[in-house]
Amino acid sequence: MTTTKAINKEASSREKPFHIVKRTDMPTWKSWLIRILSVLASLVVCAIIIVAVTGDNPLEVYGTMIKGAVGSARRVWVLLQEVALLLCVSLAVTPAFKMRFWNIGAEGQVLMGGLGATAVMLLLGHKLPAPVVLVLVIVVSILCGAIWGVIPAVFKAFWNTNETLFTLMMNYIAIQIVSYFTYVWSSNKGNNVINTINVDNHAGWLNLPESVDRYGYLLNIIIVAVLTVLMYFYLNRSKQGYEIAVVGESINTARYAGINVKKVIIRTMLISGALCGVAGMLLVSGTDHTITPNTAAGRGFTAIMVSWLAKFNPLFMVLTSLLLVFMERGAIEISTVFGLNTSFSEIIAGIIIFFIIGSEFFINYSIKRTRAKEVETK
Amino acid sequence: MIVSFIHRAVMQGIPLLFGATGEIVTEKSGNLNLGIPGVMYVGGISGVIGAFMYENSLPDKSMANPFLAIMIPLLCSLLGSLIMGLIYSFLTTTLRANQNVTGLAITTFGVGLGNFFGGSLIKIVGADVPSITLSTTSKFFSAHLPIADNLGWFGEIFLSYGFLAYLAVIIAIVTSLFLKKTRTGLNLRAVGENPATADAAGVNVTRYKYFATCIGSMIAGLGGLYYVMDYVSGVWSNDGFGDRGWLAIALVIFTVWKPNFAIIGSILFGGLYIVHNYLNQFFPFIPVDMSTQELIKMAPYLVTVLVLIINSMRNKRENQPPEALGLSYFREDR
Repeated sequence: MTTTKAINKEASSREKPFHIVKRTDMPTWKSWLIRILSVLASLVVCAIIIVAVTGDNPLEVYGTMIKGAVGSARRVWVLLQEVALLLCVSLAVTPAFKMRFWNIGAEGQVLMGGLGATAVMLLLGHKLPAPVVLVLVIVVSILCGAIWGVIPAVFKAFWNTNETLFTLMMNYIAIQIVSYFTYVWSSNKGNNVINTINVDNHAGWLNLPESVDRYGYLLNIIIVAVLTVLMYFYLNRSKQGYEIAVVGESINTARYAGINVKKVIIRTMLISGALCGVAGMLLVSGTDHTITPNTAAGRGFTAIMVSWLAKFNPLFMVLTSLLLVFMERGAIEISTVFGLNTSFSEIIAGIIIFFIIGSEFFINYSIKRTRAKEVETK
Repeated sequence: MIVSFIHRAVMQGIPLLFGATGEIVTEKSGNLNLGIPGVMYVGGISGVIGAFMYENSLPDKSMANPFLAIMIPLLCSLLGSLIMGLIYSFLTTTLRANQNVTGLAITTFGVGLGNFFGGSLIKIVGADVPSITLSTTSKFFSAHLPIADNLGWFGEIFLSYGFLAYLAVIIAIVTSLFLKKTRTGLNLRAVGENPATADAAGVNVTRYKYFATCIGSMIAGLGGLYYVMDYVSGVWSNDGFGDRGWLAIALVIFTVWKPNFAIIGSILFGGLYIVHNYLNQFFPFIPVDMSTQELIKMAPYLVTVLVLIINSMRNKRENQPPEALGLSYFREDR
């Protein structure tokens, strides 16, 4: 008798006063309300940190931030351009993520795409007519990105090689390859800088004429906008998009349903890599007209957060990438105005992401009090 | 020359060894912490902040107390990386967030934090060069046994390092024994392989995940501390740590999740990291220019990919990543 009592006592003392239940019934508006609240909460925390560091009125600092992001026509254009580039990489990684294939190698795939564009522009820029060069730039950069993306996919499909670690390593191999070519193709022997390519004839440049588009960003933005819509329909309305979703939910279900899982994995990563190649092309032939090992600038990693925060929905990704780029541009402005260094933007971005990541918990789960009765019966 | 090469290779390898050991402990609990590069930055900058405050509190640099000069940066570094580990554990284990996203956010945040405080300290000092020098405290970190200088090559290869280097090796060996020989180590591996089974066997999954991640982060953070205080003799410059954090994660795969292999592996990776500086001296007849050096720097990553592929093809059970690596555990999901 005493022993059972002791066991009962132990059991009930282990019973926590609340427990966590998965929920599926939260309306969309409510889940977005939670996300918006979490962003606001993160802004409050950031404000506290800003006050601690600068000692200025946080509202004033946020004012500076907004001014830095959208304060002039030029800044708005830069903002939209940055959003377009980040969004393009985010669109690229999304089909893979939906399939639960953790492609964290976008950085490398973007770089290889950029390298392909650079190679065509440099080596053929003065040998072929400009329209041919441009077509080749597009084809080669897409091809390079796709090849870089499909290598880990083949190994994943046939030997179940861990794709997270594989794609991660491929980034640094790509960085070193680009680094190698910046030496080989350097404009002045010895330093590793490639000057702006084809300044004279603009061969392979992906820009509208200056009379139409003053800053040269418009075409990039249009291309990415089109891609966003296409990706939305591909993922949500096409058979292939549906197959991706099924493989992501459960590989076994997919097999029973007669889906060729290997084929889906390889095909999806071809698309993912190819889109990264497009992003590389937009960076090299649409923006910088040159390449450095840092051309991707961490977008491959930021894109993962953009895609995930938007629940893999291409239309929401416009918002999440806008949020992150806005904060980054704003934080850069704060750091110049208040004499901090630019890494401040990374801290701010980090805090906001932590809050949004954390808020997902409250969307997916609810905390319920364990009823006293239940404890007793147990 | 070959002696100095090995010496440099070991020095390069130690931060990787700390990082890899920390990441192995973390991954054994099923947490794939891609925030390790950020954690190592934070470990480094926290140590620098501690050393900076200590040096500035001294009226005269020669009055530095060896014990305090080591303990203050060491504790600051441990605390800094512990906080990072806690953030990661809280988000992934308690709030069940996606591990990859959280890890990458930790890296962004950690690198930003390191460069921000590094940049701010540089500003406070008002130096002409963009770096801070903490030679007084660093001297104690890089101090080695005086007899090492008299023992020729033996002394240079084995005895010429600061105490943190030996600590790294000891931690790696202890971790290896802990994972293989102890009950707690077995439980930890069970949590990483199959948390549901571990849970059913009465192992507190949440507690194990928290402890493994936090302790792993603290070990990894020491890698950052070693790099700043010993390897570059107390000179913090922004982004100086480079991609060593990712290299540490590569090392984890390369050594198939075994800390004792990581000791040799880290020296090998360290050697591969710097071998391009020595190629001209070893093989004067082969011309090695700057571009080839960039290709050689690719070697550690290439080797890692090969190991990853070969292991997955051979499909031997003891060489696989922990089964539940990267997945959150939710008891009610079973």
